[in-house]
Amino acid sequence: MNYYAVLAIYKFEMARTKRTLVQSIVAPVITTSLYFIVFGAAIGSRIAEVEGVSYGAFIVPGLIMLNLLTHSISNASFGIYFPKFVGTVYEMLSAPVSTIEVVLGYVGAAATKSIMLGIIILITASFFIELRIAHPLIMMLFVLLTAGSFSLLGFILGIWADNFEKLSVVPMLLITPLVFLGGSFYSTDMLPPLWQSISLFNPVLYLVSGLRWSFYEIAEVNVLVSLFGVLAFMLSCLGVVLYMFHTGYKLRS
Amino acid sequence: MDSSSDSILTVSGLNKTYPGGLQALKDVNLEIAKGEIIALLGPNGAGKTTLISAICGIVKPTSGTVTVAGHDIQRDFRKTRSIIGLVPQELTTDSFESVLNTLAFSRGLFGRAPDPQHLEKVLKDLSLWDKKDNMIMTLSGGMKRRVLIAKALAHEPTVLFLDEPTAGVDVSLRKDMWNIVRELKEQGVTIILTTHYIEEAEEIADRVGVINNGEIILVEEKQHLMSKLGKKQLTLELCDALATIPEALQQYELNLAADGLQLTYTFNTQGERTGITALLDDLKLAGIEFRDLNTTQSSLEDIFVTLVQQSS
Ligand SMILES: Nc1ncnc2c1ncn2[C@@H]1O[C@H](COP(=O)(O)OP(=O)(O)O)[C@@H](O)[C@H]1O
Ligand SMILES: [Mg+2]
Repeated sequence: MNYYAVLAIYKFEMARTKRTLVQSIVAPVITTSLYFIVFGAAIGSRIAEVEGVSYGAFIVPGLIMLNLLTHSISNASFGIYFPKFVGTVYEMLSAPVSTIEVVLGYVGAAATKSIMLGIIILITASFFIELRIAHPLIMMLFVLLTAGSFSLLGFILGIWADNFEKLSVVPMLLITPLVFLGGSFYSTDMLPPLWQSISLFNPVLYLVSGLRWSFYEIAEVNVLVSLFGVLAFMLSCLGVVLYMFHTGYKLRS
Repeated sequence: MDSSSDSILTVSGLNKTYPGGLQALKDVNLEIAKGEIIALLGPNGAGKTTLISAICGIVKPTSGTVTVAGHDIQRDFRKTRSIIGLVPQELTTDSFESVLNTLAFSRGLFGRAPDPQHLEKVLKDLSLWDKKDNMIMTLSGGMKRRVLIAKALAHEPTVLFLDEPTAGVDVSLRKDMWNIVRELKEQGVTIILTTHYIEEAEEIADRVGVINNGEIILVEEKQHLMSKLGKKQLTLELCDALATIPEALQQYELNLAADGLQLTYTFNTQGERTGITALLDDLKLAGIEFRDLNTTQSSLEDIFVTLVQQSS
């Protein structure tokens, strides 16, 4: 195992964030606050409690999930796309590193960043609502698995994309709708039966539901289903990455 | 190579066909000795970068094998890649990093423990030490080239590839670069550089390999190549124009200029007899008078042009 390489990539990727530190902290604090003002206060005052939880508190897991997904994908996809785009990837390709080491470095850094973002959101939320986390360990496991698997997905996207448009289109056209329709800001119980059934095909629903269960013990699907689902997703993504590196897909001609 | 034990790099039967169908390398065989400086000469598109990329792991060979220090580049990629350093042809750098950080990154990536002293030495050798905290994007093109060289040396490689290192580089960097190359050679580092500046190969290399259309045309000791293919020409400026070359002079295979006022005689410097005295005697007999004469020796450039023309 080339630990120095894993560390070098990880530090390099984290340094990229450090350069935009203010932006990476201030931006989520502001948007989270806005969500609470708009959804929590304005709309929430008209919505009674959802399954015994105040609306403001109800949306916290969804909000965290929204940010985890989008930022994991964008961090990781940009992390590998950019060196490919400017050509500096030659160094990684000629270095004595295995796929796993590359993945640990890039995906580890991307996941770390989005987990840090999740923590910032959680802290911001605590200023607006009274936080209650019933199962902190399960919550952490969920956050870890989600950040890891979606960073892997982002990594795949970054290798696949050969222009900036492709890079931004997937998160925008796929992830954002899935998150919004995945019960992040409502309970699917509020939907008509047909839409409830359709929602069950949305993988994000399982993530949000699982995370929400770790907070408030309310869930649309069994928490174990959620956990195994995200685990299976993570392994599939890892399989795809290994395959891409093995064939040299879009990296080694 | 007489003994395979001093060989550091062996390329055998290497082929590369790009996905588009272009065959960039055709059955390339090459043996490089430990500690030598070899220059790969070839026109644009000859396959120099492809050859280097295949050895370094950036391009997947279609067939053939490469071993570095006895290790296969695919099976033992960790071993081979950690002893290789690569300075790429393109000026590709991480714009927002500082010079020192980018070197530390390279060293780590190649699996070496941090060593600030070594990085300091590399930066000083390349006159980059006072720029160590600068962001790379604020540096000039020449400085960026130095950074790329420094990055390649950060993990103390024993085989160094320099892909067209002096393209677009100023005189002072060229001088620094050759000094570093010589110093590295003294330390036992093997250096493989590509160039299409022949003077460069002439100046620095121990051996020269000529590559064209994906094929290695020849690999020779530089001196050997010069003497083997180095031709001299004797040019005679005639007093009176000549319509044809007289029968008596046919054996010299002379060349008559279009205006009939210039005769050129090509002879081999290695030959026992150059034949010049005999030619001059025969000219006298034939009644041809000349005003002036001069000789020129072909440079590596001429040799190269001849070779490439022969092969294509
Ligand atoms: N990634 C690639 N895909 C397809 N063709 C390529 C690629 N890289 C190089 N080539 C082609 O392979 C040939 C050799 O290129 P290259 O190795 O860069 O030559 P050199 O370095 O000697 O100028 C050229 O015809 C070039 O167009
Ligand atoms: Mg080239």
